Amino acid sequence: MSEPLKTRPADDDEGAETGSRSKRKPFGWSTFIIAALVAISAALVWRRDGLDGVWTILSHDVSLFGEIMPRVLAGCLLGGLIAAVLPHDKVSKSLGPESGLKGLLIGTAFGAILPGGPFTAYPVASALLAVGADFGATIAMVVSWTLIGYGRAVAWEMPIMGADFTLWRIVISLPMPVLAGALGRFVYVRLRHRFKL
Amino acid sequence: MTALLIDILLWGSLVGVGIIAWRQDKTVLTTALRKGGIDFVNIVPRIALGVIGSGFIAAIIPSEIIVGGLGPDTGWLGVATAVVAGAATPGGPVIGFSIGAVALKSGGGAPQVVAYIVAWALFAFQRVILWEIPFMPARFVWFRCAVSVPFPFLAAAIVMVVGKP
Repeated sequence: MSEPLKTRPADDDEGAETGSRSKRKPFGWSTFIIAALVAISAALVWRRDGLDGVWTILSHDVSLFGEIMPRVLAGCLLGGLIAAVLPHDKVSKSLGPESGLKGLLIGTAFGAILPGGPFTAYPVASALLAVGADFGATIAMVVSWTLIGYGRAVAWEMPIMGADFTLWRIVISLPMPVLAGALGRFVYVRLRHRFKL
Repeated sequence: MTALLIDILLWGSLVGVGIIAWRQDKTVLTTALRKGGIDFVNIVPRIALGVIGSGFIAAIIPSEIIVGGLGPDTGWLGVATAVVAGAATPGGPVIGFSIGAVALKSGGGAPQVVAYIVAWALFAFQRVILWEIPFMPARFVWFRCAVSVPFPFLAAAIVMVVGKP
C-alpha cells in the first residue's frame, strides 16, 4: 500500500492506451472464435431442423438485437459522460489504490445500484478505470454488478429460478465483491511488475 | 414491465449525468457524447454477432449433460464441474438460469447449482469475450477473471454450511 502512489499516472496512461488500441480493431481473434462457433452451430441447427429451424432462431435473435441496440447506445453514452464528469482527483482518492475498504465498499455499492445490463456495466467500469479507480475497486464494482446487482436478478433470475433461490443466492454473494476487490488489490500490488499488468 | 423500468432508470441516469456535464461545460457534453457514440459504432458489429448468433449456440448445447453433472452426491468434484460448466455455458441469461432451474428441479445439489450460477455470472466466456473485452482493457478483464475463480467455490462452501433456502 506504499508504492502505488507514484506509479499511478503510468497506470492510467497504459489503461487509456490499451483501451484505444482495442477499440481500433473491432474484429480481433475473440470475435473470430465466436463467429466460427456461431457458424458451426448454425450449420448444425440447419442439418437438424432444416431452414425453418434456422429462420425461427434468426428472426427471434434479430428482434432481440433491435430491442437491445438503444440500450447499448445509452450505455456507451453513459460511460463517455461519466468519464468526462467525474473529477479525476476525487475518484483516485475514493476509488484509487489508497482507498482501502471504503473504496471497495463504494465500488460495490456503485455496481449494485447501476441500472442496465452489460451494455452499461462495462463502459462505466472502463470509465472509472480511466479516471483513477484502481483494479481492486473496479473489480468490486464489476463483481457486485454481476452478483448482487438488481438488473439481471429482477429481469431474469427471479422469473426463472424463483424469488427464494434468487434472494438466498444474493445473500450468500453479499461479501464477495469486497473480497474479490481485496484479493485483486493484494495480488495486483505483488504481481504487477512481474506480469507488466 | 421490468424492462420498461430498467429503460427508464437507464435513460434517466443518462439524462441526469448529461445535465451535470452540460452545466460544467457544453464542450464537455459534446466531446463525451461523441466519444460514447464512437464506442457504440465500434461495438455494434460484435454485439450483433453475439446476440444474433447466441441463439444458434444455445440450440445445440447439450444441456442434459450439464444438468447431469450437478447431482447432489457429486461433492467438490461436482462443484468444480459446475464452475467449468458455468464458464463454458454460451448464450444469454435465459440459457444460464434455465439450466440452473432444470438442474435444481431434477434433483441437482444446491451447492453445485449455486456454484454453477455464480461461475456463470462471474465468467461465462461469451459475456467476457463479447461484452467485457470490447469495453475494457484486456489485461484488466483477464486479471478480474483470474481473481474471481475462488468465489464459486466459496459460494458452494457457504451453501454446504448454511444449507438450502
